[in-house]
Amino acid sequence: MSAVVENELKEDNHHGPAAGIGRWLFTTNHKDIGSMYLWFSFAMFLVGGCMALTIRAELFQPGLQMMEPGFFNQMTTMHGLIMVFGAVMPAFVGLANWLIPMMIGAPDMALPRMNNWSFWILPFAFTMLLSTLFMEGGAPNFGWTFYAPLSTTYAPPSVTFFIFGVHMMGVSSIMGAINVIATILNMRAPGMSYMKMPLFVWTWLITAFLLIAVMPVLAGVVTMMLMDIHFGTSFFNAAGGGDPVLFQHVFWFFGHPEVYIMILPAFGVVSQIIPTFSRKKLFGYHSMVWATSSIALLSFLVWAHHMFTVGIPLMGELFFMYATMLIAVPTGVKVFNWVATMFKGSITFETPMLFSIAFVILFSIGGFSGLMLAIAPSDFQYHDTYFVVAHFHYVLVPGAIFGIFAAVYYWLPKWCGNMYSETLGKAHFWLSFVGMNLAFFPMHFLGLAGMPRRIPDYALQFADFNWISSIGAFMFGFTQLLFLYIVIHTIRSGKKATAAVWESAEGLEWTIPSPAPYHTFTTPPEVK
Amino acid sequence: MSSPSQSKNKRTVWVALTVVVGMFGFGFALVPLYNVFCELTGINGKTGPKYVLQSGELEADLTRVIKVQFVTQNNDSMPWHFKPEIRQVEVHPGEVMQVDFIARNPTSKDMVAQAVPSLSPNEGTDYFHKVECFCFTQQALKAGEETRMPLRFVVDKDLPEYLTKLTLSYTLFDQPINESTAISGDAG
Repeated sequence: MSAVVENELKEDNHHGPAAGIGRWLFTTNHKDIGSMYLWFSFAMFLVGGCMALTIRAELFQPGLQMMEPGFFNQMTTMHGLIMVFGAVMPAFVGLANWLIPMMIGAPDMALPRMNNWSFWILPFAFTMLLSTLFMEGGAPNFGWTFYAPLSTTYAPPSVTFFIFGVHMMGVSSIMGAINVIATILNMRAPGMSYMKMPLFVWTWLITAFLLIAVMPVLAGVVTMMLMDIHFGTSFFNAAGGGDPVLFQHVFWFFGHPEVYIMILPAFGVVSQIIPTFSRKKLFGYHSMVWATSSIALLSFLVWAHHMFTVGIPLMGELFFMYATMLIAVPTGVKVFNWVATMFKGSITFETPMLFSIAFVILFSIGGFSGLMLAIAPSDFQYHDTYFVVAHFHYVLVPGAIFGIFAAVYYWLPKWCGNMYSETLGKAHFWLSFVGMNLAFFPMHFLGLAGMPRRIPDYALQFADFNWISSIGAFMFGFTQLLFLYIVIHTIRSGKKATAAVWESAEGLEWTIPSPAPYHTFTTPPEVK
Repeated sequence: MSSPSQSKNKRTVWVALTVVVGMFGFGFALVPLYNVFCELTGINGKTGPKYVLQSGELEADLTRVIKVQFVTQNNDSMPWHFKPEIRQVEVHPGEVMQVDFIARNPTSKDMVAQAVPSLSPNEGTDYFHKVECFCFTQQALKAGEETRMPLRFVVDKDLPEYLTKLTLSYTLFDQPINESTAISGDAG
């Protein structure tokens, strides 16, 4: 406890935040930047959510009710891009900013000015991306995977803005990742060895390496598109000696590690939360670290499982099928570790724990449907159906998004110094849980029955499940307004939180007062 | 922040930036790597360049008969009429065969086209040699003009036993005229 007092005394000598808008524009403080990332990502979550609800409204009934098919395609494309690059990734970078320095006992991120820059690029990138909705020819309509030649020869003119938008997001993520790596490698408090780092820090370190490895490949592939469109090259144009299938290879070489970029930090979050509310140490810390690393390495060797139907040779199908299934092993290790942590623990079910348990169960369902898709011969049946949509929404919504919710509830008292309302938090959880399952579970059946993805209209036999799915989607969507209310209400008028916040939470962040002072750990803490 | 940690940060940033630049380059390196990989394995159905016959190779293996089928298709919005004079021929391995393809430009403007071949099954790509092919050059046709384009090929005697049928597909692409003016001379 003496560390708390000491830290508090030191803070008085430092200046606090600057006044006015300048605080946010010029800040180099990891807590300010973390908050901005989180608010930005929530705004994008709502924007992308509105697009999702537009899609679900059109699919509520068979037939075309509300929009032209072309606009529907723009909605599916923009929904995917905004959720992936605007909501999930910035949210995790926000959590990294807030938590990594406090968890490793560092005063700030290693490169604070670059930190400011990497955040402030994002609003410009997404303004540019969203502005395409108002352009002649409409927004990008080729799906978030932007396969050539749909995204080159047949793309709307706004594709150039999309390309520059992706470039900017890429620059932002790369700078954020370099910052995380430099912070974790160089700024740890004395005594904080690698194998003492909290798992959230570990998973983010591995994520950051994935980011600097694959975001440049994404930048490369959109640059090739740009050159094909404007400078007469033929990377993806068969008429000029290029190959559209090459696009898919390069894209998925980025794309598959990208899906782990979106889930590994959530693994870290639940690995922090489950031990706290089970009142036990995390089971198998070392195996968690190795499992995360091997998932990251394997993610580079499985990209063609997205392309089983393009005509790759049998040997290729077998290799990518088995390599993909191999990923289930380290992932299984993690799931079993979480379950073993809970086993015989004295568990309480506060909101972060509810989200974490739902994460373990529902992410496993998403993992299993992923295994089904990994089986090359059956993938020929499932490819491009709603089964795929169900699969990746099960890993992203109760995976990444629930992970973020759990993290916000868990650390919000530390950030703002007030407790959230447990009743409202639980209401948010149950409404999200039911809404999300209603929305996405029927999609499995739709896909197995053969409903293709990315279509605005469908055959009559799919009507019932789509109807349920739309109801669930609206339920999940509007529930997030409750989340917004809970967060604002907590910041403004929740009851005061203690420094430790939770009964048995471990880690350096719980040794500093709540709310966390503007500057923390200006003198590094001793880690035993 | 103390200066030793700053210099450590600088080093980390440089290493990370090297990785970033390297991976950006790797993205582009995938393009030639992909082509080399496909050429080595033949998995993309990409047939080799012009083949030079060696003497002594021309003795046909009369014990085997290989069916070679021709498929033609036009890329989206390509208006030419394009078809082989015969859909299927039977050849002995080692025997040189010529098949003409007929192309007609029905439009009222001069156009240039490029045919891109693909062979399946891909196990056969290494054993299908094109001695002469219109796909090696671009084809320029004036408005309303028709032409016969020759393909001379020989099936290698080393063609695996289990292959008895090869299908050669040509897709005809429209080449924007401004890009192809330089080539139209030798294509015509």
